[in-house]
Amino acid sequence: MANDPNVAKAAAPKRGWHDQDHVPGIKSELLELNMGPQHPATHGVLRLLLQTDGEIVYKVTPVLGYLHRCAEKIAEGVTYKQWVVYTDRFDYLAPMCCNHAYVTAVERLMGQQVPERAEHIRIAVSELSRIASHLIALATFGLDMGAWTPLLYCFREREEILNLLERISGGRMLYNYMIPGGVRYDVPNDNWVADVLDFVDLMEHNKLPEYNTLLTYNKIFIERTADVGVIDAKTALDYGCTGPVLRGSGVDFDCRRDDPYSLYHKFDWQVQVGRGEMGTVGDCWDRYIVRAREIEQSCRIIRQALQQLPDGPYQAIALKALVKVPAGAAYTRVESAKGELGHYLIADGGQTAFRNKVRSPSFCNLQVVEKVGVGQMVSDLVALVGSLDIVLGEIDR
Amino acid sequence: MQLLYDFFTGQMGLDATGAHVSVASLMAVLMFTVMAICAIFFTWMERKVAGFMQSRYGPMYTGRFHGWAQAVADMLKILGKEDIIPAEADKGMFKFAPILVLLGSLLAWAAIPWAPDFVAADLDLGLFYIFAASSLVVIGILMAGWASNNKWALYGAARGAAQMVSYEIPLALAAVPVIMRAGSLNPQDIVISQQGGIWHWNINPIANPFLFVAFILYFIASIAETNRGPFDMPETESELVAGYHTEYTGMRFAFFFLAEYANLFLVSMIAAMLFLGGWWAPLPGMGWIPPALNFIIKGVLLVFLNMWVRWTLPRVRVDQLMYLCWKVMIPASLLCVVGAGLWMMAWGQLK
Repeated sequence: MANDPNVAKAAAPKRGWHDQDHVPGIKSELLELNMGPQHPATHGVLRLLLQTDGEIVYKVTPVLGYLHRCAEKIAEGVTYKQWVVYTDRFDYLAPMCCNHAYVTAVERLMGQQVPERAEHIRIAVSELSRIASHLIALATFGLDMGAWTPLLYCFREREEILNLLERISGGRMLYNYMIPGGVRYDVPNDNWVADVLDFVDLMEHNKLPEYNTLLTYNKIFIERTADVGVIDAKTALDYGCTGPVLRGSGVDFDCRRDDPYSLYHKFDWQVQVGRGEMGTVGDCWDRYIVRAREIEQSCRIIRQALQQLPDGPYQAIALKALVKVPAGAAYTRVESAKGELGHYLIADGGQTAFRNKVRSPSFCNLQVVEKVGVGQMVSDLVALVGSLDIVLGEIDR
Repeated sequence: MQLLYDFFTGQMGLDATGAHVSVASLMAVLMFTVMAICAIFFTWMERKVAGFMQSRYGPMYTGRFHGWAQAVADMLKILGKEDIIPAEADKGMFKFAPILVLLGSLLAWAAIPWAPDFVAADLDLGLFYIFAASSLVVIGILMAGWASNNKWALYGAARGAAQMVSYEIPLALAAVPVIMRAGSLNPQDIVISQQGGIWHWNINPIANPFLFVAFILYFIASIAETNRGPFDMPETESELVAGYHTEYTGMRFAFFFLAEYANLFLVSMIAAMLFLGGWWAPLPGMGWIPPALNFIIKGVLLVFLNMWVRWTLPRVRVDQLMYLCWKVMIPASLLCVVGAGLWMMAWGQLK
């Protein structure tokens, strides 16, 4: 079938028919199209202002701010422990990773040691969250490509994860689980660890092959995603892309390995990068497959973290309701499901933070649309936005 | 049909013209009713099929048994919905478009041979008429997209027009080998030519492999012709919001919806008629099955196949769709016509 990258290249800007006087006296102009904020392919309240010539996109301008909740400003008004709740609402598809990023920043300022058991639990729940988020990414990307059924399959497995996380934290979607110095609750003694291990086995050996058969190696799916929306390594680095988007472009970088936090260095796992198996390195298919393979790696990490789960306290003993944070500044970054999630926390010694600046991966990843989306077809733009896996709660904060 | 004529001329005492008009009116009402019931049934069936393919149940409550009344309830609900016409819309065209889409489908239903002596309009050019009537749908879709004064709807309509006009060619070309074998354009003659069990049907790849290929080409083209996945370009709900019917509400939307399912069953029935022996039973000894039931079962099976494809495959891109049509399917169907002709000449089957 027609999978011709030249289609996009031939239609590069300033070579369209509207620039030339083919028909004297007849003026043609680009079509302005509002994709969003209410549109099925923008994954939330993102608004993309398009200028199109038929099916070809000439200009993409993301318009943000429809979900702005002043979360960073609120951080200046609530105590350190209270603000954990707000981190849940950033990347609401992987809240555990967001919790982790923030509590790491507070702990670094406090100089607080975290018990080893707590670190193991944190890694396990963070990775479960990552799997849940990547499942949504695969599912909605499939949906953007018109494949309905993988969506339901992925949500079925995500439901299992939500049930497991509900048992440990009490919440299904917004957990508020980690606190500076540990985690809020210990592992429940209703066979939780065994259930997680069962689920991880099922996911790795049974469900991932199922998705691969249904979607990943489907001929139409490959035609739609290979060679589409190519982000080369330089562009990805220039625009500050992180996470699966950066790794999909072939850059071997992962905060969990290259800037180790928590206990990730203890476990045996591999960073997955896009290899351009179906087309060019950095195309939509590469970003998709990096996520699929990261699910597998997360399964390995969870298995090790829970099999080696040490005994001991799950919170630092000295922890009180009101944490005392000495004056200073700290920047910590963790590898969230979407990429590098950083917290720049400035404390003035009071009960609340002086300033908390969040570096959210989706925000940085989205910028690349302006460059890569140009010259694509409208359908390919949908593929590109889908493969970036943005979550609006994190972009607008 | 003869029975009906006799009834009107004999029992009712009408002259020939009067009987003709009466029978035609009766059949028109009957076909419309059957079409509406079929469309409602397939709406429900699609939801159940999609549900089971996606490891869920689909509708389960309305009407107790597997939510059988869900589609009926939906239709009643949609009747009560507000009819919104956008302020800047072209009102006349906006109102006429859904009628035209439904009309295109309904007209084609007239020439479907349900049973040996039961066809609403027994035309010698029946197949030609069916293809001609169903191409009215394109105009309706284009009108809907243009009149809505909505850019997404216009995109959907432009895509839909390009797609449906293109795919009519392989659709009709795939029927040509069958016409050559039957030696007639009359649907009844085409069905009768497949008499005598499943191995006499046109789909049999041993009797004529080119007819089997034609069936596959017809099936693919029919999916595109009915605008269903993986070729649902005019709607593409993840790209174009809802495509050409974005601005439609209430009963006008329901018309598009009904037309989609009526069209789906229509192309499946045509496939059953062309390739699966129409109303003939699969085996000679099974003559006790009512012919119409044979025909409907074949149609429903093909509809199921269509749904299976829709809920399994991702959607192709619009340029890939055009590539598939013009560079793969049309040459293939032309080759198929030539090959089938040569095959029939070689075996002396040509009429």
